[in-house]
Amino acid sequence: MVPLSWYLILAAALFSVGLFGALVRRNAVAILLGVELMLNAVNINLVAFWRYGDVTTMTGQVFAIIVFAVAAAEVAVGLALVISVYRRRNTVVADELDMMKW
Amino acid sequence: MNFWNDPLKIAADWMEGIFVGWGMDAVLAHVLVAFLGVFLLIAILMVVDIFLVWVERKVVARFQDRLGPNRLGPFGLIQPFADIIKLIIKEDTTPGGADKVVYNLAPILSMMSVLILWAVVPIAPVMLGVDLNVGVLFLIAAGAIGTLSIIMAGWSSNNKFALIGGFRQVAVMVAFEVPMLTMLLVPTIFASSMNMNDIIQGQGNLWYFALSPLGALIFLVAAIAELGRAPFDLAEGESELVSGFNIEYSGMKFGMFYAGELLHAMTFGGIWAILFFGGYRFFGLEQVSPFLAIPIFLFKALIGYWIIMWVRYTMMRIRIDQMLVFNWVFLTPLSFVLLMVTALMNALLKDASLWIYGLGMFLSNVVVGWIALEIARSVSRKQRESVEGPKNLAEAPH
Amino acid sequence: MTGEQIIFLITAGFTLGSGFMVVTTRNLVHAALWLVSTLFGVAVLYALMNANFIAVVQVVVYIGAIAILFIFAVMLTRKDLRENTPQINKNWWAGALLAALVFAGLVFLLQGWSGFSKTGSALPSDFDAVGMLGEALVSPNAYVLPFEVASVLLLAALVGAVYVAFNKK
Repeated sequence: MVPLSWYLILAAALFSVGLFGALVRRNAVAILLGVELMLNAVNINLVAFWRYGDVTTMTGQVFAIIVFAVAAAEVAVGLALVISVYRRRNTVVADELDMMKW
Repeated sequence: MNFWNDPLKIAADWMEGIFVGWGMDAVLAHVLVAFLGVFLLIAILMVVDIFLVWVERKVVARFQDRLGPNRLGPFGLIQPFADIIKLIIKEDTTPGGADKVVYNLAPILSMMSVLILWAVVPIAPVMLGVDLNVGVLFLIAAGAIGTLSIIMAGWSSNNKFALIGGFRQVAVMVAFEVPMLTMLLVPTIFASSMNMNDIIQGQGNLWYFALSPLGALIFLVAAIAELGRAPFDLAEGESELVSGFNIEYSGMKFGMFYAGELLHAMTFGGIWAILFFGGYRFFGLEQVSPFLAIPIFLFKALIGYWIIMWVRYTMMRIRIDQMLVFNWVFLTPLSFVLLMVTALMNALLKDASLWIYGLGMFLSNVVVGWIALEIARSVSRKQRESVEGPKNLAEAPH
Repeated sequence: MTGEQIIFLITAGFTLGSGFMVVTTRNLVHAALWLVSTLFGVAVLYALMNANFIAVVQVVVYIGAIAILFIFAVMLTRKDLRENTPQINKNWWAGALLAALVFAGLVFLLQGWSGFSKTGSALPSDFDAVGMLGEALVSPNAYVLPFEVASVLLLAALVGAVYVAFNKK
């Protein structure tokens, strides 16, 4: 049996990789890719806590399902925003979207 | 337990005994035998696939009043082998500017998405790969890989026709997954399980087709769209896109798309048989021996495959916008309503006798289908009148 | 080392490697495809933890819908960001440092936790996780409220996405 610590360290590493992507990428779509990695890392943790805790309490799996729903909603709205911005400004580079900055 | 009741288990135990006798670790021997089983299943499926090429060509020839392949061997049976030799020795081209890795990965993924389906398909009471408790959802997951392979092929070919074909196919597959998933839940409600084997066991008295004929029909339509066959073959659309997403593929890479499509069609025939026609069940014959259950299952799968071919070669292709409107405006709401009605009837008639249960389900299906057709008829009449003006009754012949 | 641990290590390496490729690849379609392989690795991890339903839903929702949506979005917004322009910020080292600090901090925090090196017990033989999950999602004294809120969220996202991306002509 794999110890719980392995899953937690893997999830922490995946979260950090996603954080790196979300911080350093210039393209807005690529930033969303990094956010997806972070959400997946969270989900690994949730399912691991279900498996290594009391398996008859389904809290971990229920939360993982809700994270799926939130991720789907986030991607749909996020990508719609990116496409809408691209239509108006003809760019998806996050640095260049600075109309709100003075 | 003897060989006739459970041949695979006996053979696997025998092989494991041999491997352990050679001084191999018991766990390693178990894994090795499992791998051999997978290879055996895939090898058998590929051989079946070769004959599907012959079946398909022969049947389309009959539909079009031709003879089909009849030169090589009896009834042209050797023709598919000649086709394979031709595909293998053909030049294997890669278009300039193509994304090589993605381009070569796409046909492999396409074939894989079909073969992986057989991991959960029970071909006999004791013969199935994995007894997965979410077997029904697994079908949709495998379909997701197929969708991915098509968008990869369309994008990496560096060809605008391929990209348009890929986009169309993905739009269609994502759209038709909704009614398909909804209709997969209908047998799940009847069997109160997502396990394929439980669904077959639940059809001991009555096939689910008798309980939900409308569900079986919607599933078939969604399956044909998922397969990308006529009347929904917009991804290939020879007359407008030349060959669609696989336009740049040649040789065995094209062969893998083609063989994958044929095997996919037969697999969906088999899944249709499992979900609505009792799978390997046939009046208790399947209990005698798996050697009887496998032919029964294959026969039902081939009938489903034949119906898919029948639809393919007698219907014309419809336009992409008509097809998506058909899905989102007609098929998806209808399947949601049907699912809700089925769940409601199931809750109401749970304690009733089998005949009342079956009759209630059947009648509710007929009523839902009739209402849907009436609504569709009145809406389409209004649309036609808005285009052509009201029908002049005096000039009408009747 | 047991077979399960070997499978875990291979899958974890594959997942992390593809995750790293997602954030570093220059070609964005390739990044989206690497995301698919990361998601697939995570699905294998779920299966390894006996969460079959979650594993299959991961493939259906993430690979079948989200990854495809990403590929579409990359293709629809491809005109200006060619592969020869820089894909990462000038001060990428700050991001890398922050990510490394977060990782180190998380591992440090987890190390001090008493349940860190817990090992699980085998599941009971007739354990029906899918049935229990379904009951937990719709039973009034469990999670029916979060479930309904999630469905309202999905509806709002559907309407919002259509409204935002709709091309008013």
